[in-house]
Amino acid sequence: MNAITPITAATKPDDWASDQEVRWCPGCGDYAILKAVQRTMPDIGTARENTVFVSGIGCSSRFPYYMETYGFHTIHGRAPAIATGIKLANPDLDVWIVTGDGDGLSIGGNHMLHLLRRNLDVQLLLFNNEIYGLTKGQYSPTSQVGTKSPTTPFGSVDRPLAPCAFAMGAGARFVARTIDTAQKNMPEVLKRAHAHKGTSFVEIFQNCVVYNDDVFAKFTAKKEAPANQIWVEHGKPLLFANGSKGLRLDREHVRLSVIDIVDGDVSQVLMHDETNHLLAQLLVEMPFGEFPKALGVLYCDPAPSFEAEVHIQNERITAGRSGDLGALLSKGQGWDVKPARGPNL
Amino acid sequence: MATSFQTDDIPQPPADNLPHPEAVVVRFAGDSGDGMQLTGGQFTLSTALAGNDLSTFPDFPAEIRAPQGTTFGVSAFQINFGSIDIETAGDEPDVLVAMNPAALKTNIKALRRGGLAIIDSGEFGPRNLAKAGYAVNPLDTDELNDWQVMAFDISALTLEAVKPFGLGNKESLRCKNMWTLGLALWMFDRDRAPLVDWLKTKFAKNPVLADANIAALNAGHAYGETAEIGGPLKQYHVDAAEAQPGHYRTITGGESLALGLVAGAHLAGLSMFFGSYPITPASPILHHLARLKEFGVTTFQAEDEIAAICSAIGASYAGQLGVTSSSGPGIALKGEAMGLAIMTELPLVIVNSQRGGPSTGLPTKTEQSDLYQAVYGRNGDAPLVVISARSPTDSFDVAIEACRLATQFMTPVMVLTDGYIANAAEPWRVPDRKDYTPFPAHFTEEPEPDGRVLPYARDPETLGRRWIRPGTPGLMHRIGGIEKALDTGNINYEPANHQAMTDIRKAKIDGVAKYIPAQQVDVGNETGRLVVVGWGSTYGPIRKAVQRARSAGHDVAHVHIRYLWPFPANLGALLKGFDKVLVPEMNTGQLKTMLRDQFLVDARPLNKVSGQPFKIAEIETAIAEMLK
Ligand code: SF4
Repeated sequence: MNAITPITAATKPDDWASDQEVRWCPGCGDYAILKAVQRTMPDIGTARENTVFVSGIGCSSRFPYYMETYGFHTIHGRAPAIATGIKLANPDLDVWIVTGDGDGLSIGGNHMLHLLRRNLDVQLLLFNNEIYGLTKGQYSPTSQVGTKSPTTPFGSVDRPLAPCAFAMGAGARFVARTIDTAQKNMPEVLKRAHAHKGTSFVEIFQNCVVYNDDVFAKFTAKKEAPANQIWVEHGKPLLFANGSKGLRLDREHVRLSVIDIVDGDVSQVLMHDETNHLLAQLLVEMPFGEFPKALGVLYCDPAPSFEAEVHIQNERITAGRSGDLGALLSKGQGWDVKPARGPNL
Repeated sequence: MATSFQTDDIPQPPADNLPHPEAVVVRFAGDSGDGMQLTGGQFTLSTALAGNDLSTFPDFPAEIRAPQGTTFGVSAFQINFGSIDIETAGDEPDVLVAMNPAALKTNIKALRRGGLAIIDSGEFGPRNLAKAGYAVNPLDTDELNDWQVMAFDISALTLEAVKPFGLGNKESLRCKNMWTLGLALWMFDRDRAPLVDWLKTKFAKNPVLADANIAALNAGHAYGETAEIGGPLKQYHVDAAEAQPGHYRTITGGESLALGLVAGAHLAGLSMFFGSYPITPASPILHHLARLKEFGVTTFQAEDEIAAICSAIGASYAGQLGVTSSSGPGIALKGEAMGLAIMTELPLVIVNSQRGGPSTGLPTKTEQSDLYQAVYGRNGDAPLVVISARSPTDSFDVAIEACRLATQFMTPVMVLTDGYIANAAEPWRVPDRKDYTPFPAHFTEEPEPDGRVLPYARDPETLGRRWIRPGTPGLMHRIGGIEKALDTGNINYEPANHQAMTDIRKAKIDGVAKYIPAQQVDVGNETGRLVVVGWGSTYGPIRKAVQRARSAGHDVAHVHIRYLWPFPANLGALLKGFDKVLVPEMNTGQLKTMLRDQFLVDARPLNKVSGQPFKIAEIETAIAEMLK
C-alpha cells in the first residue's frame, strides 16, 4: 500500500499485460498466478506507472516482463535488496517482489530475512514449486526429503524449510498462503497483501508441470481439497472439510488438534485471530497429513514500515532544512591564508 | 642535532634563535590503548594551525585491543610537516616517541640514524620488556647508540602532574598521551590554547578529567622548558608553508571522499543513496555520510556487501544517484551486481578503499592491488570506468568526477582509493562551489519523437541510454540482466544483437576518453630518457623522488594517471616519447602489465607489498638504477 492518490482512469486486466510473449512451459502454474495478478490490479487501483515489479532469477522471476508496469528482472536472490533501494529512493512507488523457493530462500535467504525484519512496505510473492525449474530440475531448499533430482539421484536427505515459518521467525508482520489454481481466493489474498503496510509475505504453491508435477496434489487436487485445505478467516472458527472438522487448542500440550464437529457445535473450535503470533506459528507449522494445509491470511499485525521510519527520521533530523554545502566543506577548526602573508589564525 | 632536521638548506638564520628546519618527521608509537592516534590527530591540528604543510600516516593494528604491551599491539602515527611542499608522510622519522618497549622495538629501526628517541622509561619493567621480546633492557645497553635517546619516566611524571585531581591509577595514566603531546608542542614551539579548548569540549561532561588532561599537557610542556639545558631535547620552529590564499582545514581521505560525493550529487542535481556494509578501511565514508541527511543523502547499512550494491542500483533505477563503498573483499562480492548495473546501464559509483590482499589479507594496511579487479574483475565483457585518488584532498575532486561520469554516461564508475589515503590527513584549501561546473542529470519523461518507448535509445555523443524513472506516465518498460534488444531493452537472444550490444557497451566506455583531460606530465619534460608512471597514493613519493633525481641532473619525468579505464587518449603516445618507463606500484605489477598490453611499451615494475607506503629513497634508487 502506498500514499499515491488513486488513479482517475479505471483499468482492465488486459491493460496490465505487456506486449511480451509469455514463455513459461505450457501448463505451468505461473500462468494462473499471472492471470490472477492481472485480474486483481484494476481493483487495487494503483496507476500502472507507479507500480514496479522486481524479481530475481528463476522461472517465477520472468514475471515482471509480462506486466505492463515498470519492471526490473535483477540477479539471483537479490530482488529484496534492489527493492529496498527503490523503495527508499521513492516511497510512493508500489513495489512487488516476485521470487521462488530457490531464489528467495536459498541464494537470497539472507536478503529475505532482512527484508522481513526491516518490514519494507512491499508485497512479496514467493512461488514455491519445491524444485529448481529454470536450471532443469535440481531439488530446492523446500523439496521434501527423498526428492529425486539430477543432483540427488538417490533422493535428497536434507530437511526442507517451511517458508511461512521462516517468515514468521524473521519477524514478518503479514503472512499469507495460497495456491496457483485458487483463482477465487487469490485475488482476496493479493488485495489484503497490498492493503497491508509493511512486507507482505505471500507463499503461493505453484505446480511445476515439468520437474515436480503434482507435488502438491495431496491437498490441491479437487477431491482432496475439502479435507486437506483450511482457509482461515479472521474472527471465524477454524473449520474445514465442509465444516465437519475443526482445529482446537490442546492446552495440555500447547498444540493444535483436529476435532470432529458434532451437531454444528463449534464451541471447542479455535477462532482465527490473525493478530495472534503464536496461533499463526502453530498454523504454519502444522504437519501435513495429520493436519490440513492452512491457507489465506494467517498473520497480519501491522508495524511501522522501514522506509517510513527512515523518512520520518530524515525529516526529524533535517527539520525542513537543506544543508549549506559551503559550511559543510569548511567545517571544523580552520585557518585563513591571506594573499602574500603568513597564516592568520 | 642541528643537522638532524636537515637544516643545512635554511636560507635565513631565524630571528628568534631557534633552529628553523624546513621539514620534520615525527612518529608517535605506543600501545593501542595509549591513545597514539588521538595524540597524532591533535598534533596534526596544531601543526595545521601553525600554517605548516603536512602529511600523516596513521598505522594501527587490525585488532581493536590487542594484548597490552605486545609488539603486534603497537599503534603508530607519523606526521611529516614543514615550510616546504609536503607530499608524503616522510621516509624516516627524525623524532620517535616510544611509549613502551614494544613500541621502541617495532619502530626504532625506522628512526633516522642520529634521530631523537623520546622514551617512557617508566614502562620498561621486566614484564613489558619480556612481552616486547627484550632479554635485557635496551636502555641499559649500547643497542641504541645510533640514536640520541631521551628516556625518562613519563608515567611517573604524569601521575605526579595529575595527583591533585584524585583520579585512580589507571585513569591517571590515561593522561600520559597528553603529557607527551605537551612535550611535543613545546619542542615545536606551538600554541597550547587550541588543545586546551579541545580538551574542555571533549570532557565537557567531566570537568575533572578535562582539568587533569590539561594539567598533564602543561606538565609535558613545562618539562621541555626546564629539561632543555644541555640535553638532546631542543626547541625548533618550523615556519609556515607558502600556500595559496584561502580558507584551510585539515581533512582525511575518507571525509574528503564523502564530501566529494555530496558535492557531486549536488552538481548532478540528484539526491544521493549510499548503500554500504561495514569493512575496514572503508567504513569512515559511511560514518561521515550517515550524518548528512540535510544534504539529500540517504545512507543504508545493508545486511551484506551484495545487498549494499543492489540497494544502490535500485536507488539509481528509481532516479537517485546510487553509491556503494567497500574494500577489496567486499568489492569481490559486489562483482555480479556490477555486471547488472553495466547491463542495465544505470549510473552507480563504487568506491574501493583498497587494503592488503588477497582474502582478508592486511585489513589495516595499504596496498593498490585491486587494479585488475577493478578493470577486469567481472564475468563477461563488462567494461566500466575506473578512476583513482592520489591523496586525501584529491579524493574530493575524484569523487565529483565519478558522479559526473556515472550520470553523463549511464555507467558504473569505480573509484580506487586506499587505506593510506582514507586515514591520512592533509591541509585542504576549502573549494568554492563556483570552482565547479554543474552537470545536471537528465531524466526522459516523453516517448521518442515517433511515439515509441525506447529505454535503450542513446545520446549520440556519450552513448548514454535514456534514464526513465518508474513513476513516469506512459513510459513503462522492463529492464534486467538478460541481454537487451538494441533499443527497446526487451529480452533478446539473437546473435547479432548480442554482438551489437557488447560493441556498444565497449564503445561507450572507450568513448569516455574523449571527455576526460589529456594526460599531463606532472614533473619534467614531455620526452626524455625515463618516465616514472604511477597511480593512486604513490603520487607523493614518486613526485618527490623525480624532483630529487632531476635536481641531481637526471633526465626523468613523472606521469601520474588518474583515469585508469579508459586511459587518456594521448597516454600511449606520451609514454612512447621516453626511452624507458618505470612503474612503481604497491602490487606485483598490475598497471605495468596494463600499459604493456595497451601500448606495447617496455614498462618496468618497481613493486612493494609490505603494507607500507613507498619511501622516496626507494624510488630514487630505482630511478638511478634505470638510468645507469
Ligand atoms: S520449468 Fe516448471 S516452473 Fe519453470 S516454467 Fe516450466 S513448468 Fe513452470
